[in-house]
Amino acid sequence: MSADDVHVVDPEPVDAFRTRARSFIRANLAAVGRRGRGDFSRHLPDDEELAAVARAREVQRLLWDHDLAGVCVPREYGGLGLTPAHQQALNEELAGYEFPRHLQTPTMSPCMAVLLDFGTHEQKLRHIPAILRGEEIWIQFLSEPSSGSDVAGALTSAVRDGDEWVLNGSKVWSTGAWWSDWALCLARTNWDVPKHRGLTVFMFPIHQPAIEIQRIEMLNGNREFCQEFMTDLRVPDTDRIGEVDQGWTVGIRWMFHERMAMAHNEPVMTWPADGAAGFSGPTVLVDVAREVGRLDDPVARDLIGRSYMTSLVGEPLQRRLAEGMAGGHLSDQAASIARLHGWEVTKAAMTVPFELAGAAGGAWSDTDDTLFGLGQGFLVRQAIAIAGGTVEMARNVISERVLGMPREAASDRDVAFRDVPRGPTGRP
Amino acid sequence: MRFDRTPDQEFFRETTVRFLEEQAPVATLRALRDDPVGAPPDYWRRGAELGWTSLLVGDEHGGGSISGDGLADLVLVAHEFGAHAAPGPLIAANVALHALAAAGADHAATIAAGVAGDALCVWAHGEPAPDDRLGTVTGTVTPDGDDVVVDGTKRPVEAGAEADAFVVTGVTDGGVTQVLVPADAPGVTVTPLTTVDLTRRAAAVTFAGVRLPRSAVVGPLGGAAAAVRRQEQLAAILCAAETTGAMQRSFDLTVEWAFDRYSFGRPLASYQALKHRFADMKVWLEASHAASDAAAAAWSAGAPDADARASAAKAYTGEFGAELAHDCVQMHGGIGVTFEHDLHLYLRRITWDRVVYGTPADHRQRLAALLIGEAA
Repeated sequence: MSADDVHVVDPEPVDAFRTRARSFIRANLAAVGRRGRGDFSRHLPDDEELAAVARAREVQRLLWDHDLAGVCVPREYGGLGLTPAHQQALNEELAGYEFPRHLQTPTMSPCMAVLLDFGTHEQKLRHIPAILRGEEIWIQFLSEPSSGSDVAGALTSAVRDGDEWVLNGSKVWSTGAWWSDWALCLARTNWDVPKHRGLTVFMFPIHQPAIEIQRIEMLNGNREFCQEFMTDLRVPDTDRIGEVDQGWTVGIRWMFHERMAMAHNEPVMTWPADGAAGFSGPTVLVDVAREVGRLDDPVARDLIGRSYMTSLVGEPLQRRLAEGMAGGHLSDQAASIARLHGWEVTKAAMTVPFELAGAAGGAWSDTDDTLFGLGQGFLVRQAIAIAGGTVEMARNVISERVLGMPREAASDRDVAFRDVPRGPTGRP
Repeated sequence: MRFDRTPDQEFFRETTVRFLEEQAPVATLRALRDDPVGAPPDYWRRGAELGWTSLLVGDEHGGGSISGDGLADLVLVAHEFGAHAAPGPLIAANVALHALAAAGADHAATIAAGVAGDALCVWAHGEPAPDDRLGTVTGTVTPDGDDVVVDGTKRPVEAGAEADAFVVTGVTDGGVTQVLVPADAPGVTVTPLTTVDLTRRAAAVTFAGVRLPRSAVVGPLGGAAAAVRRQEQLAAILCAAETTGAMQRSFDLTVEWAFDRYSFGRPLASYQALKHRFADMKVWLEASHAASDAAAAAWSAGAPDADARASAAKAYTGEFGAELAHDCVQMHGGIGVTFEHDLHLYLRRITWDRVVYGTPADHRQRLAALLIGEAA
């Protein structure tokens, strides 16, 4: 049964929805234990990763079948058309249970959220129900080797050829592209205007001969990220999102949704309430301290207490920012505040266990459990300050967009993009 | 401070703001620097008329809240106390009134006088080093026939020299007891201290063989540990809310300064090195609002996480309140460390609230104990 078959005119009360969600979850989903060991960024073997993705699709399909998918998505696109309060109830009931993690970011947000904002009726009808059924996993073709924070400096080019566009270029940092289905791509369609005015957004299937996918090995051995090379990739004009050369209008919302998703503050996302504070949560600190016999050490306790403090502040801060933005008390860009605080939470989560472990953070054995790989987590820590927009960009956004301070000087404003100064690595 | 204030709460808050602006503008605060009471005449009684003392006290004692959630209302006052570096023993008096009211009807006259602002009763809990860690109590309350005998030293006691009575915490055979001690009882010695704050006063109060009838006991003899814990949470939350108000004012003053002050032909607000620090401060500020309000809500609801939320709010605002205030001073340059500039008024209040009712380090220890699952 899809949501379209439910003939309910009045919105379902939150309490009834919660009860319904609870009985579904307890009957169908697996309870999960404490997630992971110290190095939560470590990778699974490919077969296990693919099995996890397959299970995530299954769980998404189960949610669809039980009218729990797309809680805040309009009914005409297969969603339930309910409120963030309903989504929050689902998130709370999911605490401690498996959920379709691989379909949340970037599929539900920012990709589906961007489609909802800018897609045509036909585009939405074609993709959003498929996403909600777990049939389409999306990724972002956004960052490029020559532009990370400066995403509007994209060099990937799209040239019109009749009813089609021909794309050439390279995208990078797409999470799990090798097991995903569709991409949302920012490309340059006009080089003779300033950079923000010559961009256009497209969507296309990832697995086709004109796209070569390479996996990137991170310094801790993780291989979830990919780089893609597009060579004469043909995309029909009907798969263009938004107007030609107006891609930055889409891009601004795209990055807004990305920040909201990073902060787990996105009503079209499903995320267990207990997972919002971080990955393994502060209890792992206690496990590590116990393992190394430092549970009674006041210095260890100070580190544990401070980390717990920082994580406890996260959820109320997100709630405050959401209320502030919804009520017009805070700028829409205030999500960057949660992003910056979230980094503090994660930094503590990846540093303190390592700190507590002493030399065991530098050398461990395969039989170690709690202490396994803590040093790897510490090594790759900064990834969280970079991915999804660096903390430096968040600080720019907060100071310029929230506090209204003057913008940084830039050498690419009011200059045709082809004349913008580029370093040796930034040439197309 | 929450965004979703009711019209009644907003009216109440604005009334307090108007009163503080009239009665305790910054010039008055400076003039009160050496005043023994640290407040204009009749100030506290008039504040009580506005509702500052009634919010945690039930109707049966002449109290009452604005919204039905007395602490939600009181944190609005605490916020404005911070934002105005206001005089008055808001925290010590309200915790004492809560302690008395929560214990039943035994101390109705003291409660009534306290709510009216005619008499002042304050909480005397913290002790001098080395017994100054949060939750440590070594003073004693010893039963002796129909009497109890109170011994020990409390320091610092907010408004200790102005108080007419104290709610004193002590131990009785390993349990915790609270006693209402009149300031003029034989054996009570009050020694005023100098504080970092211009108007908040404190004293060391010594109780030497202070003999009182058993009816002076507040709540059960030897059975007040849970009540005291809740009072510690309450004091921590009010400090956090007051600190947040002082942070907000410091931040607002400094943002304005950054736009107005030019160096090398451009406003301070245009320098990325400074903009990024303003961004960090904005995170600390919003997080302090959120942490304080979440702790207040958990306390009012009697939620299981009230203890952790109160300590998180106190530890966070204590640490980042001081960081923010000092950074605001730094952004101002030399003028920021003068007596003439207003910034230090808020820095002082933040500093005071940081050290009383448990330092950030104390509250981090408590948080660790809670996470470990100890019955701390």
